[in-house]
Amino acid sequence: MLKIIHMKVNGIERELAVDERESLLDTLRLKLGLTSVKKGCEVGECGACTVLVDGEAIDSCIYMTIWADGKSVMTVEGLKGPNGELSPIQKAFIEEAAVQCGFCTPGLIMSAVEIVGTGKKYNREELKKLISGHLCRCTGYENILNAMERIVEEVYRASHKEAE
Amino acid sequence: MFDIKSFYEAKDVKDAIAALEREPKAQIISGGTDVLIRVREGKDAWCALVSIHNIKELKGVKLLDDGNLWIGAGTSFSHITNDPLIQKHIPMLGEAVDMVGGPQIRNTGTIGGNICNGATSADSASTMWTLEAIAVLEGPSGERQVPVCEFYTGPGRTVRERCEVCKGFIIPKTSFEGWTGQYIKYGKRKAMEIATLGCAVRVKLSEDKKRIADVRLGYGVAGPTPLRCRKAEEHLKGCQITDKEAIEAFGKLALTEVNPRSSWRASKEFRLQLIEELSKRALYQAIKRGGGELDA
Repeated sequence: MLKIIHMKVNGIERELAVDERESLLDTLRLKLGLTSVKKGCEVGECGACTVLVDGEAIDSCIYMTIWADGKSVMTVEGLKGPNGELSPIQKAFIEEAAVQCGFCTPGLIMSAVEIVGTGKKYNREELKKLISGHLCRCTGYENILNAMERIVEEVYRASHKEAE
Repeated sequence: MFDIKSFYEAKDVKDAIAALEREPKAQIISGGTDVLIRVREGKDAWCALVSIHNIKELKGVKLLDDGNLWIGAGTSFSHITNDPLIQKHIPMLGEAVDMVGGPQIRNTGTIGGNICNGATSADSASTMWTLEAIAVLEGPSGERQVPVCEFYTGPGRTVRERCEVCKGFIIPKTSFEGWTGQYIKYGKRKAMEIATLGCAVRVKLSEDKKRIADVRLGYGVAGPTPLRCRKAEEHLKGCQITDKEAIEAFGKLALTEVNPRSSWRASKEFRLQLIEELSKRALYQAIKRGGGELDA
């Protein structure tokens, strides 16, 4: 049965008719065309479908769309600047060559948004734990961790400069 | 699209109970990180689901008027880990649930689901046993309280009736005031792993921090359900924290109270070795956290 729900997707209020059995992953890809959200394992193992719901990273493949009713959802498309610029997190991934085939990248970027958003400083071991919900079969994770370290450091330094 | 017969999003606990009564085979879905995977694998395909995912009254941690702690069944693992009350009173539980799956799973999965699944491997279970937590269930005929230690009836089975909703857990003040503890999860990987064995030890030291006034030892995957080793506990009560013989016997006695099996994850023999060894390691950590000084 179709249900009408309201959710904010990448800052835009949306009213959608969704099937009660639909995953958030399917709604975002098929109804809203947000194809940065990748369909990987579909059982919450690989993290390719990671999006933020009310600021928290979740696997959208095992998240019912109607649970997002009244909530705010963010995907990589929502990181785009007013003139199409990349976000600092995306730039860090490019500069550190943290992208190879690219399938895991959008999910990792969204986890990075959550991690960076805490404003805390994390060491490499902590970052390993924080990205453990993502599988990457190309990079061996080293460059991804380099990118994460770089962006965490940059944001931490910038926020502390402001505080001074 | 999930292969399910029906999906009902309950507004509150009463609404959920009514929906479960209306649909004879309906089961509860909370965080969904287990239920939806079983659906995807075809095990629970074409089931009817009643969702308690967004019920606000099931979320959060609070201190009750009598000094006991309340943990809402719908509180996600990450919210438990980050909760100031948990960090202050039972950091061990926050650490235990921080070992479940990966970050995205911990943002969705709930402690109520972890316990009500009835899995012996649940990372919160052995700690909840050593905390002597009390599950609060509400069903068509009203509310009842069941100690978590009496909650399990077999692998994947609990005393919870199909139409009962677990609302939360009471952690008695007498189980955390003056107590410290340590949970050790043994798995082949550091993340995205189901415990090969889980060991939880809580201790209460004497005032001079030289003796073990009280101790609790709980395990996951050491039998078909989580369990406590009460003989081992009794034996260690009152002993000096430096009494190596008593601590050796603690691990040995635990072996007489467990019933692990061989599975593709590990053999029975390996699990027995873990049971003995981890009890001691967790105990030493728990003593250290309580301010007890052990020989180097």
